Amino acid sequence: MAIEGAELIKAAAFLGAGLAMGLGAIGPGVGEGMVGAKACEAIGKNPEEAGLLTRTMLVGQAVSESTGIYSLVVALLLLFVV
Amino acid sequence: MSIEIEAWVKLAAFAGAGFSMGLGAIGAAVGEGYAAAKANAAISEKPDSSGDIVKMMLVGQAIAETAAIFALVIAVLLLFAGGGAVSIITASALMGAGLSMGLGAIGSGVGAGLPAGQACAGLARQPELSRNFTTTMLIGAAVSQTPAIFAMVIAFMLMFINFAGGSLHMVAALFGAGLCMGFGAIGSGVGSGFPAGEACAGLARQPAMGGQLTTNMLIGAAVSQTPAIFAMVVAFMLMFMNFSNLPLHPASAALLGAGLATGLAAIGSGVGSGLAAGAGCEGWARNPLTTGNVLVIMLVGQAVSQTPSIFGLLISFVLMFKSYPATEVFLASTAVLSAGLCMGLGGIGSGVGNGMTAQSAVSWVARNVEQEGVLMRTMLVGQAVSQSTAIYAMVIALALIFLV
Repeated sequence: MAIEGAELIKAAAFLGAGLAMGLGAIGPGVGEGMVGAKACEAIGKNPEEAGLLTRTMLVGQAVSESTGIYSLVVALLLLFVV
Repeated sequence: MSIEIEAWVKLAAFAGAGFSMGLGAIGAAVGEGYAAAKANAAISEKPDSSGDIVKMMLVGQAIAETAAIFALVIAVLLLFAGGGAVSIITASALMGAGLSMGLGAIGSGVGAGLPAGQACAGLARQPELSRNFTTTMLIGAAVSQTPAIFAMVIAFMLMFINFAGGSLHMVAALFGAGLCMGFGAIGSGVGSGFPAGEACAGLARQPAMGGQLTTNMLIGAAVSQTPAIFAMVVAFMLMFMNFSNLPLHPASAALLGAGLATGLAAIGSGVGSGLAAGAGCEGWARNPLTTGNVLVIMLVGQAVSQTPSIFGLLISFVLMFKSYPATEVFLASTAVLSAGLCMGLGGIGSGVGNGMTAQSAVSWVARNVEQEGVLMRTMLVGQAVSQSTAIYAMVIALALIFLV
């Protein structure tokens, strides 16, 4: 099969989208898990502050999520815009 | 220049042998190093027991070595057994066999080293329990070896079943089967090592609980084994389903993608489930009164950690069973291969992360059982958020399959 330039670029965009989201998901997945782990530990030690600790956990995870969302945005751009 | 098919078969056999032994040596060496390090620390703590500790270390290392010996056997067979029918399908099968065994031995080598190390450390604390440590260590290390055995079974099948009569789809399908089983065995091998190690450590703390600790270790390790079993199922489907009615392109790329999605996603879930199971064994030894509560949160945590590998399995099934219009367009092949890669890689982080959250929640239920409810809630909320990136990866994978 003959491959034209435009097609090759589109194919690279698809591969890029897959790699961006696939690799980009690793960090936030592990990072948010660490936040969850420490929140459980802190609640185990100091249950009275469970509400505050859950809130802090969610804020921390939300920030750690941002790179995952960047990956999602880049993947969607590669798939549907460029 | 054109290379003859016979040369391709030889090339694949030799490259496969290199991958099998090269990759397969990683895990066993790390695991044995861990055992030796723990043994040294134990001997410095209790020089009087050095004979027993060295004996324990050597037995443990011998089991961790098994995974590397499997890899050696497959490598030697690939070098000298000469690969069956002359066909490009045989070449792909031999390369797949080498990758399956090489990658598949990594996890079990590391995993089997963990109980060996913890048994040496425990022996310094409880020298009179040598027999109990040996039993627990042997059971735990044997279970950690299972994923490497799955990988060896797949490697043998790829080498010795004659697939050469099949359609050309088998080139991608057999290579995908090898990668799927190889990657899929890594996480479960390491993961099964955590409960085995913690059961040995727990025995030093609560010698009377030996039987119960072994039970909990086996439950936890069995659940950690699930992702490797998913990978084995997908590998079998890729090897034995009849794809000849599908168009060669893009189905070939889709079958390779199906192998990658389940195989890679299984890494994270295997490790994650193992972390939770390890904390479960530690918790049983820490507080024998809360074993029921610890078991419940351990199983819930493991089940959630399993989710990314289930996403991977789902994408693999979609890639294998979707009917594709025949196309010679290169783009369609890239899209389905990228979908598999995206879901596979994207599942790794969430699986490990969910496992870390579960590990902490389980160990704190054992220490502070009154807070079981709030810990369970926090664990599930934390895991749900950490799951989100795996869900993004699944969305992008589905978009690559159905939308573009």
